[in-house]
Amino acid sequence: MQNEFIPLLLLMLVAAVICTAMVTLSWVLGPKKNTPYKASPYECGVQPAGNANERFPIKFYLVAILFVMFDIEVVFLWSWLTVFNSPLTGLDFKIFSFMEVLVYLSTWIVGYAYVVRVGAIDWDETTSLHPEKLGQTAQEAN
Amino acid sequence: MSASEIGFLALALLAVIGAAGVVLIDNPVRSALCLVLNFFVLGFIYFTLGAPMIGITQIMVYAGAIMVLFLFVIMMLKRQGAMAKPDKPDSRLGLAVVLGLALAVTVYATVIAPQGVTLPLGIKDYGTPQAVGVSLFTNFVWPFEVVSVLLLVGIVGSIMLAKRRI
Amino acid sequence: MDWLIALRDGTGPLGQWGPIVLGVIRVLLFVVPILTLVPGLIWWERRLLSWMQDRIGPNRTGTITFPESFPLAGLRGKKVRTFGLLQPIADGVKLFFKEDATPAAVDRLVYFTAPAVALFPAFALGGTLPIASLRYPFEAAGSGIFAFFTPVANVDIGILYVLAISSLGVYGVVLAGYASNNKYSLMGGLRASAQLISYELAMAMSLACVVMASGSMKIPDIVAFQEGPLWGFVNGVQNWAIFTPYGLVAAVIFVICMIAETNRAPFDLPEAENELIAGYHTEYSSMKFAVFFMGEYAAMFVFSGVFAAVFLGGANLMPFRWEQLSSDFPAMAGLFRGLAYANYWLGPVAFLAKQAAGITFFIWLRATLPRLRYDQLMNLGWKSLLPMGVANFIVVGLWVVCTQMFGPAGGFASLLGAFVVLFVLYTNLVGAAKTSTPGIQKRGIKMVDPTPQGVTMVDPNKV
Repeated sequence: MQNEFIPLLLLMLVAAVICTAMVTLSWVLGPKKNTPYKASPYECGVQPAGNANERFPIKFYLVAILFVMFDIEVVFLWSWLTVFNSPLTGLDFKIFSFMEVLVYLSTWIVGYAYVVRVGAIDWDETTSLHPEKLGQTAQEAN
Repeated sequence: MSASEIGFLALALLAVIGAAGVVLIDNPVRSALCLVLNFFVLGFIYFTLGAPMIGITQIMVYAGAIMVLFLFVIMMLKRQGAMAKPDKPDSRLGLAVVLGLALAVTVYATVIAPQGVTLPLGIKDYGTPQAVGVSLFTNFVWPFEVVSVLLLVGIVGSIMLAKRRI
Repeated sequence: MDWLIALRDGTGPLGQWGPIVLGVIRVLLFVVPILTLVPGLIWWERRLLSWMQDRIGPNRTGTITFPESFPLAGLRGKKVRTFGLLQPIADGVKLFFKEDATPAAVDRLVYFTAPAVALFPAFALGGTLPIASLRYPFEAAGSGIFAFFTPVANVDIGILYVLAISSLGVYGVVLAGYASNNKYSLMGGLRASAQLISYELAMAMSLACVVMASGSMKIPDIVAFQEGPLWGFVNGVQNWAIFTPYGLVAAVIFVICMIAETNRAPFDLPEAENELIAGYHTEYSSMKFAVFFMGEYAAMFVFSGVFAAVFLGGANLMPFRWEQLSSDFPAMAGLFRGLAYANYWLGPVAFLAKQAAGITFFIWLRATLPRLRYDQLMNLGWKSLLPMGVANFIVVGLWVVCTQMFGPAGGFASLLGAFVVLFVLYTNLVGAAKTSTPGIQKRGIKMVDPTPQGVTMVDPNKV
């Protein structure tokens, strides 16, 4: 077991203790006089309307999954960064791996261009993922 | 007991608590939270095994990215509080317990009993970023390039899933 | 220093617990400054905002006037001013004793965990961040007393650790929004999570550029790389990343992402008080509210530190290579040697000063810029910063290869050439695409014109 990570664990422990202490202390120290008005959600001071358990737009899901994809794509490059510009490797390796990374990134660029082209990250409902851009005919879309 | 052992036991305990929480808790959001805890602690267990690169990838990709997606998916479905429980106990439960016990006995008989309880040892410098980087571009160039194509397919596929009508 | 070495290597009287004790000291040396400086930070923000808005701000709390009958004769009738510095502390103490109102329909467990989860990354973030120089002047790396006390852990994956922990920050807000059972909170939480994950990508790309140039993910190594000669051939000046062309681009991307990651203005959409009341922390009261607040400020503090270490040369006061200068100019060697030692011992102060400058920049932006719209936010993150980051990444790769083949000057020339090519490409491709699509007309949106006679539709193309 490598000991160099133990201080990080200690930091986590200290951070967790501080966070828990802060949240529980106010719970312990403060007065508790609950009233129906305090117990209802605050929505601009008017009667809460409807239920907060609403479904939300698929947009957020799309952003999250695209984030996962692009994040994984970058993750593969991090280890390369530590050997690319370092005395550990020779010039041949540097040039070869740089070419490989360019090929790798070219598919990144294709994917990114597709994402922008179909408007997957447009927040405007009229332009995002429009059937025309996805190559569908109007009949298919309906 | 040495510091390393205490560290490993604490991490392992947290990981097991997280994993048990995923299975035992009814509320899907809380269950997902337990999974985040499990992934996070798992990353640290990788660290202690001398594989920092895979550990940090675990935290970054699983705890930081994929679980956000999970939470979104859970929250996107209309929440109904806890999942409905079946009226009578599931008959498969007994089978699961038997199989689980059998696995535990097998692990004990084949691994723990002959070797005794020792700390897992990682190979030195096997999982450092430098080692991973060099091997990615020497032995695993083709898989590395294929991964990019796979991710491209993933991007296109996720957009196809999210479009208005299929 | 021998006993410190023994402590670190586990050969001292404490045996194998020595490194643990040293680790605890390191953690405390890192966490205690954050805890003590955050109230000062809040005071500084309130005072600075007030000055920028021509107000006075909190300047009274903590001013003590001693009565004429005070036992110590020297203090009678004297006034001790603290310029309102105690205001945040008074606020904090008050908040601990305020009622912790919990709405009825919340998901209680998640509701109570969310503030802690939001604060946790802010503290854990800087675990690999050195707050002083690890190299004693004229000696090898790792020498000098500061090397024992900072960073908390000098691990191989320093920068990735920062990124990974900051990506956990999204849970605090999304869980708070979910648990509050309030539509505005949910909206704020969702906005926050989409914003955080979008800017995470560009931030990773910008840091990747510096990591590629320095060839190591350890933050102390990145600082050491920045202590080299500028652009590889200007001997007397340090190579701070922000002075290099690629580093400047990366720094701009990083600053924008850093502001977005800490939910500060102009990226404070998740807590936009005039549209979402307060976003994800609407339903939080008492210290639980303050914990979110504190998480934001602690994250600001640590992110400023990351920026200082990665782009501003870490704990170096000035971008000059005193050791090199002392050998280049033997006539003034004594002066330069002295400056080198001063630079080392003033390292923590210099680092703190850089952090303070970063925080002041945050506050200045808040006083200056209006909030972005959500689609602008997404476009900035995905369509500007991300491609910029990737282009920069490729350019740095080119620079590395050219430097290896043609030496530092050739590498620098290739760098400038690549930027010119990229600029021309950008103006021709993107610039042309932008002018050809007038937004409103393309989307076919009808503008509404209310008149006393009723509502009439206006064709935007004829206005």
